[in-house]
Amino acid sequence: MLDVSVSYNRYKFLGHEFLTWLWFLMEKERSFLQTEVPELTSLEVGNRIVLENRFNEGVEIITIKGDDAGLEEGMLSLRKGAVVTEFHLSFTAGDQQWQFILKGESLNVSNLKVPKTGNVESGEELEGAVLEKAYLFEKVIELINILYKSFIKLRISSEWKEKTVPEIRKWIYA
Amino acid sequence: MGLLSSSVSITCYKVDGTLEDPVMDNVEKKLKQNMIMEIDDDVSEKAIGWTSMENPYQPKFEGSSFCIGTYLVFALRIDQKSIPAKVLKKFYVLEMLKMLSETGRKYLNNTEKRMVKDRIYSTLLRRYPATPKIYDLIWNYEGSSLWFFSNQKSANEEFETLFSKTFQLSLIRLFPYTIADLNAGLSDSQREQLNKLSPTQFSE
Repeated sequence: MLDVSVSYNRYKFLGHEFLTWLWFLMEKERSFLQTEVPELTSLEVGNRIVLENRFNEGVEIITIKGDDAGLEEGMLSLRKGAVVTEFHLSFTAGDQQWQFILKGESLNVSNLKVPKTGNVESGEELEGAVLEKAYLFEKVIELINILYKSFIKLRISSEWKEKTVPEIRKWIYA
Repeated sequence: MGLLSSSVSITCYKVDGTLEDPVMDNVEKKLKQNMIMEIDDDVSEKAIGWTSMENPYQPKFEGSSFCIGTYLVFALRIDQKSIPAKVLKKFYVLEMLKMLSETGRKYLNNTEKRMVKDRIYSTLLRRYPATPKIYDLIWNYEGSSLWFFSNQKSANEEFETLFSKTFQLSLIRLFPYTIADLNAGLSDSQREQLNKLSPTQFSE
């Protein structure tokens, strides 16, 4: 395996492409998401999306935030060559909802809010509360892992260049 | 950051290697050996160690209390003292004036000034309580995975260092390349293809 810091920097584009592909799936291929994660009811872009466009001379960062923000600027950025570097996502399974920020370069989860759990009133309830939280965290980690593994298998296949990238381009320029 | 907080951040790791049997006794012993030490009445500026998630200010690891279900749950605690520059300056100037008045001299040389500053700094360190920062973690020992509840670079680095020192196990941070390489179930030829990938241009 490559050195950790080298591989982190050299391959962080994979995380950015994963998020860009994920946006495409949420907009155009919802059935694929449901096939990969059967318990998923919905996966939506939340109130924040960050894109990055690298030129020879520098980097342009585009941040779109707000509950009712339009994403047209994001599409325009994609047309100009940007990729998604950070997403606020809302994931629903049944009547339970998770919200979190997913950063492309690390695939770290931040600001994760899980479905409401009971308050811990005593030390005896702590064990149950930890297990309940762990179960709810696992759902998000599992969701990311399932989707990222699908992405990686697609990314190293010929289908990526022959089918997926043309479809993403078609979506970007629609 | 507490795992029971309403909002959490998670960094995922893969733990490579196993501990000697009996595992729980070994974990308890190693946690105790690297438990956080109180530095409030000490000249130390910083302390890093393990603490219990339930009682972070009075850590106890007896009786596998860190074992919840199939998880090992404990926390990293980093205590740090921070003396404001203006407080240091005030006591330093007062001490210098006192020394000048006692000796009848007009100035101190550079070595004397540095000694005064060091002495004042040590005195203040004893008087200042440390600010504790607590970061919970959940270690799925059987599944070789670990969640550390912070994305802060410095906290993650301190955690990785202390974990390796404590358990002598390899801790691999999971990010796009390492997930693909270690957790995506790729064959050797697929791994070779992974290593050859270069960025896609989505725009025309």
